[in-house]
Amino acid sequence: MERSEIKPYIAKRVAKELHDGDVVNLGIGLPTMVPDYVDPSVKLTLHSENGYIGLTAADPDHPDAEYITNAGGQYSGIEPDGMYFDSAFSFGIVRGQHVDATILGSLQVSEHGDIANWIIPGKMVPGMGGAMDLLSGAKKTIVAMEHTQKGNPKILPECTLPLTAKGAVDLIITEMAVIEVTDKGLVLKEYNPEFTIEEIQAATAAKLIIADDIKPIEE
Amino acid sequence: MAKAKIVTAKEAAALVKDGDTVMVGGFMTHGTAHTVIGEITAKDLTVVCNDCGYENQGAGVLLHKGLIKTLIATHVGLNKEVAEKYNAGEIELKLQPQGTLAEQIRCGGTGIAGFLTPTGVGTIVADPEAPTTLPGVQTINYNGKDYLLEPAMRGNVAIIHGFVADESGNVRYKGARRNFNPLMAAACDITIAEVEKIVPTGEIGPDYVETPYIFVDYIVLKEDAE
Repeated sequence: MERSEIKPYIAKRVAKELHDGDVVNLGIGLPTMVPDYVDPSVKLTLHSENGYIGLTAADPDHPDAEYITNAGGQYSGIEPDGMYFDSAFSFGIVRGQHVDATILGSLQVSEHGDIANWIIPGKMVPGMGGAMDLLSGAKKTIVAMEHTQKGNPKILPECTLPLTAKGAVDLIITEMAVIEVTDKGLVLKEYNPEFTIEEIQAATAAKLIIADDIKPIEE
Repeated sequence: MAKAKIVTAKEAAALVKDGDTVMVGGFMTHGTAHTVIGEITAKDLTVVCNDCGYENQGAGVLLHKGLIKTLIATHVGLNKEVAEKYNAGEIELKLQPQGTLAEQIRCGGTGIAGFLTPTGVGTIVADPEAPTTLPGVQTINYNGKDYLLEPAMRGNVAIIHGFVADESGNVRYKGARRNFNPLMAAACDITIAEVEKIVPTGEIGPDYVETPYIFVDYIVLKEDAE
């Protein structure tokens, strides 16, 4: 797979996890590509944790355009049925489990569903923003990331970086595989036919349980 | 009928004293009271804000001027001066999850001593010994599940940004500029509201006021406001 194909491939597969009517929060980077691949019959409501539901792309013609910004501080838009609210209300929506899915990238994921995606000690001090709240509050957490970091496994028996949340991840989608986090461990549900099961296991430091109904990732 | 004091940015900024805890609204500078912030000269401040803006922008202006002793925020990655000053030992930095910080401030303004949240269990924010963690956090098992007990937070001065205020001090926001502003307005001894316009009392209307005048002590008209 060409490098340029990896992110769209992951985003396309993540899009199939979303259902009509879902309230979804997207992390920065790859996750923001997911709505482009959602079937047009599926209507999503995007939650922007800085204070509204109904996030859309920026619309420079909107009368309030300069007042509409997303959680990255960039100009964005709002659906006609959207709503603005304050930060406490925003995270009430999150912790109250009114967000059906959160999709985000990660540095590491453990076989217990622990996730480390906010800090590499000794480098920057970025802060966790809303990630910890989203991980503990959203009904479903989907990690959308490249399977390895320059060949080094990111899916591990235990995370070595500081955690963002414990036991929060439900599903891991990479350019190699779809992996479900279960009580028994990581279950390999789907695989990219460009790779063998052995290659996928070799790129994964945690042990994979092969699903009985394992199948290729549908494009 | 109540009347809030309409003051200049300089007069408002002078209400902030050395060593105060100052809450600054806004999210990546959107909804931050730039006019008042620019006039503050008090030092050794504890500043509570979402993100400290960008370098010398938003709450980042206070950092750039060296007025901050302790910064309490959720995300500071877009203002590289925070890491520089933190690594140089010039400031203390406390990082809280965004929903937790918002709720701490909300509780501070509404008489709730603290709250139990699932956010941050088993992470650095649950460790009161960690240098970037606020003191007071405890892990508590309640109904068979672990939560963090997070205390309420209050400040001396809130500097908020609104779209419009009436002459009584009622405030209404616009778009995504609301964020932390209404929460902070209730959680401080003194609240200064910088707004884009001031209208006669009654013009906003009781159905549309978002922060009531009882929380607002001073109004400042934003620089370059129409």
